[in-house]
Amino acid sequence: MEMLSGAEMVIRSLQDEGVEYIYGYPGGSVLHIYDALFQQDKVKHVLVRHEQAATHMADAYARASGKPGVVLVTSGPGATNAVTGIATAYMDSIPMVVISGQVMSHLIGEDAFQETDILGVSRPVVKHNFAIKNPKDIAETIKKAFYVASSGRPGPVVVDIPKDMTTPTDKFEYSYPEQIEMRSYNPATRGHSGQIKKAVDMLVAAKRPVILLGGGTVGGRACDEAAALARELNTPVSTTLMGLGGFPASDRQWLGMPGMHGSYEANMALHHADLILSLGARFDDRVTNSTEKFCPTARVIHVDIDPSSISKTIAADVPIVGPTKSVVTEMLGLLGKNKARPDADALASWWNQIDQWRERHGGHYETNDNGLLKPQQVIEAVHKVTNGEAYVCSDVGQHQMFAAQYYKFDKPNRWINSGGLGTMGFGFPAAMGVKLHYPDAEVVCVTGEGSFQMNLQEFSTCSQYGLPVKIICINNGSLGMVRQWQDMNYESRHSQSYMQSLPDFEKLAEAYGHEAITVTHESELMPALEKAFAMKDKLVFLDIHVDAAEHVYPMQVPKASMRDMWLNKTERT
Amino acid sequence: MRHIIAVLMENEAGALSRVVGLFSQRNFNIETLNVAPTEDPTLSRLTVTTTGSDRVIEQITKQLNKLIEVVKLVDLTDGDHIEREMMLIKLKAAGQHRDEIKRTVDIFRGQIVDVTSSVYTVQLAGDQGKLDAFINAIGETYVLETVRTGVSGIARGEKVLSI
Repeated sequence: MEMLSGAEMVIRSLQDEGVEYIYGYPGGSVLHIYDALFQQDKVKHVLVRHEQAATHMADAYARASGKPGVVLVTSGPGATNAVTGIATAYMDSIPMVVISGQVMSHLIGEDAFQETDILGVSRPVVKHNFAIKNPKDIAETIKKAFYVASSGRPGPVVVDIPKDMTTPTDKFEYSYPEQIEMRSYNPATRGHSGQIKKAVDMLVAAKRPVILLGGGTVGGRACDEAAALARELNTPVSTTLMGLGGFPASDRQWLGMPGMHGSYEANMALHHADLILSLGARFDDRVTNSTEKFCPTARVIHVDIDPSSISKTIAADVPIVGPTKSVVTEMLGLLGKNKARPDADALASWWNQIDQWRERHGGHYETNDNGLLKPQQVIEAVHKVTNGEAYVCSDVGQHQMFAAQYYKFDKPNRWINSGGLGTMGFGFPAAMGVKLHYPDAEVVCVTGEGSFQMNLQEFSTCSQYGLPVKIICINNGSLGMVRQWQDMNYESRHSQSYMQSLPDFEKLAEAYGHEAITVTHESELMPALEKAFAMKDKLVFLDIHVDAAEHVYPMQVPKASMRDMWLNKTERT
Repeated sequence: MRHIIAVLMENEAGALSRVVGLFSQRNFNIETLNVAPTEDPTLSRLTVTTTGSDRVIEQITKQLNKLIEVVKLVDLTDGDHIEREMMLIKLKAAGQHRDEIKRTVDIFRGQIVDVTSSVYTVQLAGDQGKLDAFINAIGETYVLETVRTGVSGIARGEKVLSI
């Protein structure tokens, strides 16, 4: 059998797992691993400028491709810098394997240089973590890490490797397991047939049904099946923030996003529904508003791979634990045999009602007549220039909600945002991660001047690896979402939400060898975007000045029901 | 309502911290907790007593089950079960009370396991209520120190928690 050092085993395991790229930053505890990395060329390494960016790159790659992203960081600050990215992946159920160096075993617990108990630190934000106690365990543990990260409800897994486990001169037998079995971990592979049959009967009997399609359908690659079900039953579909693109936005059956900044028609339809079929959505607080007042007439069929997501916030009438793909496939099979369909008259009147709701608001916003852009206009223009085909990687704040509302996604896995954790600084490295793997695709980072400054050091990484992403910085000179809440709840006392001393973004981008365009008037927008997207090989930073007074609407009234919304600054439902 | 949840988990470093971490992270309540290896050295058995509404208890069992190292668990309070807790209690036992304390220990079927001229150390097993009742019967003024193991539980009859 082949004899390898622990360090070589780490890299070899990644090769055998089929990993093409890893993202990381070297340091003392991982020097042996970096040396093994240097001596091969199958696994390519992207050197970021801050470990947080490594995790977001890996995360976004996983979101776009469905395969786990891999990160390599050193002990102590290397690992703690990665924590925000790990937590981001955890909240959105993204498969990721993070290999962190650790001080030598005999120093653990002695407050050694660059020692942090990263197993303890990361525990609440990982699906699982492993410590290597013997170099012989490296291959099997890495295999387990990939298996756990990518099966069941996916999530990040940390593997902590003390430096003495990777000593180059200590060689051990290496073999990479083909399969792994863990007696304590057996994720569901299919739903309960009896429950599925019950669900289908309820769907057929429903008069006002809505499908709520969430990140579990997008991540579970079950969008085609979900769409087939929706079309077969002529059911309206609302896609959550994590589910955007899971059902084509251009389809008449799409209602938009539910929740705090959901569309009027989606929130109204859910509120009045008699049946909600949730496919991989978890009824989080930004969707449900007050759980006591949530959808009073609806019965809930909740399909989720994670039993703990079911009846956590909203009680399910029919819980189904299983992957959305297999559950929905089974539903379609039953509908193939059972020719019963929902009552056509009831559905027609339901659709009629929904169309009336659509007319009421329909994403309408006022434009300025002095040329000062509204952020919504920017998103619509980006959609136009990219033909709605781009990967849109968003940061967090108002621009994120505008992008979610106005970039109408027709395909899944194109909308990449930090939905659960709401991590500012996510968008730019995320765009880099996607661009690296899909060099021919248009990759857009929608950001704000606040979020962007949280990871702008990655300009440098983009120069090094030639990552020509297009950065749409919606610059309102303030932390827009904070400012909106201050406007609405704190009599416009803008405490610390004003971004003073902004850099000259053009000069900043140019300093790293990138292109930049500043847009201050509506008339400049389309020409600037066309110019930017024509520069295929250049990172272009678009500093687009917009109306700082704009708010995101609709916005649900706090502690109320789904249908209680502000539709604009003066009008309430 | 009070529940006793028995958990079989991999006997690995860090497994216990995941369970304890879960309870604090998700704002669940722990009343007692005990843990020890089983006859199979690769498994430890943990018993936790907790309180909460049905919805909270459902979340606790689901979240515990989700921990990768948890192999199996059962909510013992769902069925007939036996619960025991062991207490060692050090009591002032001087003068006229010495005999009275001895009698009370006998009534509760405890054992005096260590004796000095002024102190009895008593071992007592039973459910939580019995241990509480013993302390009440003795009177708190005589109690010098107590240590309780927390609840262990097992289902009655044929039902077995094993893998």
